[in-house]
Amino acid sequence: MSTTVTWREIDLGGSVAGGTSEKYKTGNWRVEKPVIDYEKCVRCLICWLYCPEPAIIRNGNEVKIDYDYCKGCGICAEECPRKAITMVPEEI
Amino acid sequence: MMTEALARQHRIALTGNDAVAYAVKQANVDVISAYPITPQTFVVETLSRYVNDGELNAKFINVESEHSALSAVIGASLAGARAFTATASQGLAYMWEALYAASGLRLPIVMALAARALSAPINIHNDHSDFFGMRDAGWIMFNGEEAQETYDLTIMAFKIAEDPRVLLPVVVSYDGFIVSHAITNFYALNDDVVKEFLGVRTTGPRIDPDNPRTFGVLALQDSYFEFKRQQYEAMENSRQVIKEVFQKYEEISGRSYAPLKEYMTGDAETCLVAMGSTVGTARHAVKTLREAGEKAGVVGILQYRPWPVKEAEQLFSRFKRIIVMEKVMSPGARAGPVYEDIAATIYPKHSEVKIIDFTYGLGGRDISTQGIIEIYKKGKELIDKGKTDRVYFHGVRGE
Repeated sequence: MSTTVTWREIDLGGSVAGGTSEKYKTGNWRVEKPVIDYEKCVRCLICWLYCPEPAIIRNGNEVKIDYDYCKGCGICAEECPRKAITMVPEEI
Repeated sequence: MMTEALARQHRIALTGNDAVAYAVKQANVDVISAYPITPQTFVVETLSRYVNDGELNAKFINVESEHSALSAVIGASLAGARAFTATASQGLAYMWEALYAASGLRLPIVMALAARALSAPINIHNDHSDFFGMRDAGWIMFNGEEAQETYDLTIMAFKIAEDPRVLLPVVVSYDGFIVSHAITNFYALNDDVVKEFLGVRTTGPRIDPDNPRTFGVLALQDSYFEFKRQQYEAMENSRQVIKEVFQKYEEISGRSYAPLKEYMTGDAETCLVAMGSTVGTARHAVKTLREAGEKAGVVGILQYRPWPVKEAEQLFSRFKRIIVMEKVMSPGARAGPVYEDIAATIYPKHSEVKIIDFTYGLGGRDISTQGIIEIYKKGKELIDKGKTDRVYFHGVRGE
């Protein structure tokens, strides 16, 4: 949402064209960020399955966290059977 | 009435509830979803019969609650349907969060409200607690005094709601039992006349698979305020649209409507203000008072939201004394909602006008001509003594 749009031209009734959540970066909601230790990670994709956003990007069998959208809920770290994901406090 | 206008209508005797259902059938709605509640039940019953008997080609959605009823109507309206619901009292209270969704989404939904008291204690009879409870929900709000007004307003409600300058939901309220269950004669427009007057709905938000959009978005600090400001403007725009629709409706029906109904106000010094079925009784009281030499008048409120600011200022600033009668209690407030609207309209510019507020008729307690005369006399006396700094109660034991 552009911050220059006034009430006169804003879309009717809060309806907007699709795909806006892509533009809405929610990464700054995070207090802690998940960090994957690729030494421990066995690419089981449990984190990818559990991520509610989805902010875990799968590329073949590779996984990486999309910090633009990850809200830091920690479900991936909780569910990882190899304890390969650590929640690290965000620096202020 | 002009012969030309008469040719466009027929005389019919129905209850207030059936008058609403009749208007909704003629408006040729696409979707109805409502949950039965006293005293509105017959609106739902009659409409479901119309649908069942093939008299109305609409989808009747049975639901398990009023919250679902309004939610279903919101969905239908978003799909482009002309949609209708009806409720009363606890049912309206249960719709509360969806009321704001309907107006915020800018949906031209029409609702009938057979006004009834709110629990506790439980009571099925008329007052205006439910109606005023939805005051700030962003709906256009009308009140019909009897079946004729209620029928006419229901038809006009669709026209107003669907105007592209408005796109807001409209509620048409009428007094539970007193209007909803009383059979009276009134003029109904012929089916083809209503059909031509309303046409089909072409405006407003609409789900379209070829043009996908998100409805009911999350709008936070950066945009919520703009959406709400735009919604406020739609309510402002509705003032002009309502005027135009009243005018157009008069052309076809011969019946003239205005936001505020006046009776003997021309030279009146003391004016009673009321809403709903009481207005008729108040006219009778004023007639009696006039015969006794009192310069009395009455103003009935037909259009509550948008509050007719200009008309109200022009009208109410003319009187010496205004005696507001309200079938609603606003505990802890300076006065009832109608008093506050009138006071906010005329003060401080016309500070010579004195206002007093009376609560009456809660939970269906009857109000008679004699009762209104008593309110008039007491109100006038209290104003002249300067004792207007509280709300007075008429007809409650121990007052």
